[in-house]
Amino acid sequence: MKNLMKTSVAALALTVGANAAAAEGNLVLYHWFEYMPQEVLDKFTAETGIEVTMDTYDSNEAMLASLKAGAIGTYDLAVPSDYMVSIMGSEGMLDTIADGELHNKGNIAPEWVDVSFDPGRQSSIPYQWGSTSFSVNRDVYAGEIQTTDILFNPPAELQGRINMLDSQGDVTALASLHLGIPQCSSDREQLKALNDLLQGAKAHWASFNSDTAKEVLVSGDAAAGMIYDGFNSKAREEGANVEYAFPTQGYIAWMDNVVLLKDAPNRDSALKFMDFLLEPENIAAITNYAAYNAGVTGVSEFLDPALAAQPEKNPHADAGNGVFIQVCDEATQAVYDQIWTNLKK
Amino acid sequence: MAAGAASGGSAVTDTYKDARTWLLLPAWLTLTILVAAPVFMMLIYSFLTKEFRGGVIWEFSLAAYDQFFFDRGLFGDDPAKIEWTYILIFWRSIWQAGAATILSLVIGFPTAYFIATRPEKSRPLWVFLITIPYWVNLLIRTVSMKFLLRDQGPLNDFLINIGLIDSPIHIVNTNFAVQLGLFYSYLPFMVLPIYAAVERYNFSLSEAAADLYATKATTLRRILLPAVKPGVIAGCILVFVPSMGSFLAPDLLGGAKNFMIGSLIEEQFKGNAGNWPFGAAASMILMSMVLVLLMFYARQQAKSEKAEG
Repeated sequence: MKNLMKTSVAALALTVGANAAAAEGNLVLYHWFEYMPQEVLDKFTAETGIEVTMDTYDSNEAMLASLKAGAIGTYDLAVPSDYMVSIMGSEGMLDTIADGELHNKGNIAPEWVDVSFDPGRQSSIPYQWGSTSFSVNRDVYAGEIQTTDILFNPPAELQGRINMLDSQGDVTALASLHLGIPQCSSDREQLKALNDLLQGAKAHWASFNSDTAKEVLVSGDAAAGMIYDGFNSKAREEGANVEYAFPTQGYIAWMDNVVLLKDAPNRDSALKFMDFLLEPENIAAITNYAAYNAGVTGVSEFLDPALAAQPEKNPHADAGNGVFIQVCDEATQAVYDQIWTNLKK
Repeated sequence: MAAGAASGGSAVTDTYKDARTWLLLPAWLTLTILVAAPVFMMLIYSFLTKEFRGGVIWEFSLAAYDQFFFDRGLFGDDPAKIEWTYILIFWRSIWQAGAATILSLVIGFPTAYFIATRPEKSRPLWVFLITIPYWVNLLIRTVSMKFLLRDQGPLNDFLINIGLIDSPIHIVNTNFAVQLGLFYSYLPFMVLPIYAAVERYNFSLSEAAADLYATKATTLRRILLPAVKPGVIAGCILVFVPSMGSFLAPDLLGGAKNFMIGSLIEEQFKGNAGNWPFGAAASMILMSMVLVLLMFYARQQAKSEKAEG
């Protein structure tokens, strides 16, 4: 109930905000928390005179829910991850960028042009990409960590001291890699095995937390935890003796993308901002801040040299493949939702 | 509170009788737009068909309530059994909220009594002191609580330093931490109504009881407690109800390992499940439970007033 009230009030506030933003030279951005340095926005405003308003969200699903609850038509751009681009595309929430509308489209790195979630980049451009795996505090556990057993069948030192991301997609995807089964399985034995695996492993987990995934490792509350690569390098910088693992079973790859939303109130400003983000110097500033990777050619000269050498950026020779989270159909998804509810009941 | 009106006695002359409609208009508008309309919307949504990944299809359906009460197995095609999952989640929430309420009562009652027995001049200062921590946002207070309680936090450091324990006690990510967080979040809601009730209490009644050879415990049980009961009940409701729907404390202090009602509902709207009708149905069931509780309280209240004459 409290939530609904919050949503309604937020929707109301957004409508008011949107009216104010409809004036010329504005841009309304819907973005993740802690993912956009203010300097980059200031630079864009200085170059173009366009004022940027930014609201933030903490999960792809929260963003989707907010847009579905009526915020579409309020925002110009959002920054969904790979699988969420597919979902938003299939929900008809994205606008198509015509040929020639983006002057810097040629700057997109060739391997990131024909992506499965937006073939030919009809509605999106790359923002940052990276991996999701886990890391282990080496002061606590010195043994082998390049295996998903760390999370799902942990050694005694780590039992009860593991933080998981509070994200159904990431947790079930990694568990599927551990079992060697497809992400959207409809095989009942496989699904039962997945359910049992998570039920059994839960006893060894201390918490589910995404926002504080880095803090719990730095403070020592958790001795191991699922984490994004950039978060882990920040944890190391803050003094935690944590090592990021690239398990042999595989890990999760992701790419966040800037998408042009349907009914964008400031479509021209939005395209200008997308062009701005495709300039190597600008996107490199974001990469230096977030410690992930850019999907634009020619960024390397603007990047902090230390970044490329980070262990989180260099999988070892035996590392498994990085796999994107897949989008399941409705019937299959219902079973995965049930498994997640079983896990957290 | 109702208690105030009751002890206030007979009807008061209404100076502003003519302007009554206009004076009430802001309250009516607020209640209609911000309370009645969303609740009505949720009620309707709970009977609609779920749209994949959030949203509703405008077709009547009982699927949300079916999901709440019947278990059809992992794949949805087993014969229907009673679904214990959500009952368990509700039970856990009730239990946590109940524990927080008792904790608040045990600590809040003596506090309120203490404040009410200070000289009249200094009472506002004590009340003011109670409210100071609540000037800070709830999220920040809950996070600070986590920092205090964590294994390497000040509390454990202190206990180890004075030699009371050898290794840190794990408090964060336990049910106890959630109860502590709820207790801390809502304590003033317990203290203030009890304080209001005790302040109106006629202390010569206690003296009279003592003159008639009642022990201190008997005076408390037979004289003071019945007199301030409405304040105690109001405090308990004000702590219990918001605790049941809370999701900040369970997520941050409990480690989000187990759903409480609040986080279960949040998951339906903001999480992967995207099942709005089910979220709406769970909200409706929660609200009905709270309503029953409040009606029970109102009836008790009416009964006791009748008994007093």
